[in-house]
Amino acid sequence: MTENSKEVELNKSGSTPEHEYDGGLRVANLDAVADPGLEPHRVRMTDKSVKHEKAAVRQVALLFTLSMLGSAFALWAYFTFPLSEDLSSVRLNTIYLGVGMTLGLLGIGIGAVHWAKTLMPDNEVSEERHLTRGTDEKRAAAIEILAAANQESGFTRRKLIRRTLYGSLALFPLPGIILFADLGPNPGDSLRHTFWKKGTRLAKDPTGIEIKASDVTLGSVFQVIPAGLNPENKEYLEEKAKAAVLLVRVDPSELNETEERKGWSYQGIVAYSKICTHVGCPVALYEQHTHHLLCPCHQSTFDLVNGCKVVFGPAARALPQLPITVDSEGYLIAQSDFLEPVGPSFWDRSVKK
Amino acid sequence: MNQLRRRINGMRRSPKALGIVMFAGLLVVGTGYTTVSAAVSPNREVVRTQEQIDLGKKIFLANCASCHGKNAEGTKNAPSLIGVGEASVDFQVSTGRMPGAASGPQLEVKPVQFTLEEIDAMAAYVGSLADGPSIPDAAYLQANGNATSGGELFRINCAMCHNAAGAGGALTEGKYAPQLMGSSAKTIYEAMITGPQNMPVFNDANITPEQKNDIITYLTYLQNNSSVGGEELGSLGPVSEGLLAWLGLLGLLVIIAVWLAAKSN
Repeated sequence: MTENSKEVELNKSGSTPEHEYDGGLRVANLDAVADPGLEPHRVRMTDKSVKHEKAAVRQVALLFTLSMLGSAFALWAYFTFPLSEDLSSVRLNTIYLGVGMTLGLLGIGIGAVHWAKTLMPDNEVSEERHLTRGTDEKRAAAIEILAAANQESGFTRRKLIRRTLYGSLALFPLPGIILFADLGPNPGDSLRHTFWKKGTRLAKDPTGIEIKASDVTLGSVFQVIPAGLNPENKEYLEEKAKAAVLLVRVDPSELNETEERKGWSYQGIVAYSKICTHVGCPVALYEQHTHHLLCPCHQSTFDLVNGCKVVFGPAARALPQLPITVDSEGYLIAQSDFLEPVGPSFWDRSVKK
Repeated sequence: MNQLRRRINGMRRSPKALGIVMFAGLLVVGTGYTTVSAAVSPNREVVRTQEQIDLGKKIFLANCASCHGKNAEGTKNAPSLIGVGEASVDFQVSTGRMPGAASGPQLEVKPVQFTLEEIDAMAAYVGSLADGPSIPDAAYLQANGNATSGGELFRINCAMCHNAAGAGGALTEGKYAPQLMGSSAKTIYEAMITGPQNMPVFNDANITPEQKNDIITYLTYLQNNSSVGGEELGSLGPVSEGLLAWLGLLGLLVIIAVWLAAKSN
């Protein structure tokens, strides 16, 4: 296709442009939808009938009056329902103040739009779009300004200034970037260990009272933290978030334990991490008879009597079990820390360290 | 008259009054507990007459034995009731859950089928079979404990199923944790010590009777005080609030947008 025929095609597809230009990289659109133009003007009822016009005037005035009433109501509510020490006073104060202010604003907004739509002139107007390219005079003037600025500042002439400026511009973002180092340090092996150690007693959350095996009757559930973990500890919340355990006693005959975990429970008392292996929500919805543990976030369901394996939902792994036993005084203690990282998956979780 | 009332209300809301009320409350609760717990042990034996036990057995045989067995030993349709205690019977029957209307994932609350005397008699009979949790001591049902401690215990032990505002929630396979907003102090206490249906047991070694009273105090506070933040929409959190925001508010905005763009007639 020659240069000339392209020009012609372009002109066919639309109205003649206001300014001459070559079209740049534009692709000729040969089967463009024809400009439908403006739809025929439709005369409004308010323009045809005085009765309707007066009604519209009244409606707009009514909306503005409603706005006035709303604002007045908000003022009245502010003084009638003062905020006080009593928290429930917030409720009425907020509700009535909000309703009043909403009416005040909505009345103005809806009224103004209704006014514009029904009473202001409705003749259609089209405005031609202008080209983004400036006129040749404007472009020449811009180049002149740049040249003058270069001449006056000596930007190309004074090499030393120019090069040091480049250097300073290259270096100044670096302090901002180095701040990202504060996102670290890397967690190291902290994701693989918890507060539990060999011999740590099991204690009740939040009181920290240690639990005897005899306290845990059949069907009981205890929310457990390691003894000695209290708000005075450094990183108390981080440690609690990893070490939280659910303690349950079931009928030992119902418990299906694998060979290697036979010694991890005590007379039907089992302890499992409460941190979901999906995304780390606390899993503590225990059903006494089905022995299901349900995570409230995404409905992952774990079967407590079968090693807490996943029976439903998005979790990928069974909940880690805490090996427990009793000490000479009858208190429940941990045999060791968890033997696998608790909680959700992380990068190189399976790498043994 | 109104002015006077307002002045009294103003005084009631002053920080001093709060302090005084809290101090008085703590004093009463603290001294109350020491005297009460000295006077009666938490699991006191309720004296039951032989007459009551016989009546209870009669009602049991007529209404319960077909599922629970002639001697409450249980059948393949229903568990044994030996050792479940008086509190279990009182909880299940006085909330209408028992006798069950149909088997399903969970027994539902329905109109109570027996009079209080009949429930007491059945409880006495089941209680006489073997030791079990007894009817809770009225001293721990007064809702006069520490609501702050009760709130913390509730959030740690109960809220995962019953929702932090006691609005209840779903469990697996059609079961659910009921909402607690209409529950009486006695029902709440009995549920904790007996672990009805799939609820686990919270014995006195886990949550002491005083702490149970704290939890009841917290729930009573929730029952008697409406939400500060406005309409709670069932306290179901993002479920009901999201539904309203997406369907209600967004729908309203769509309607307004359509109206804005439409030409007037």
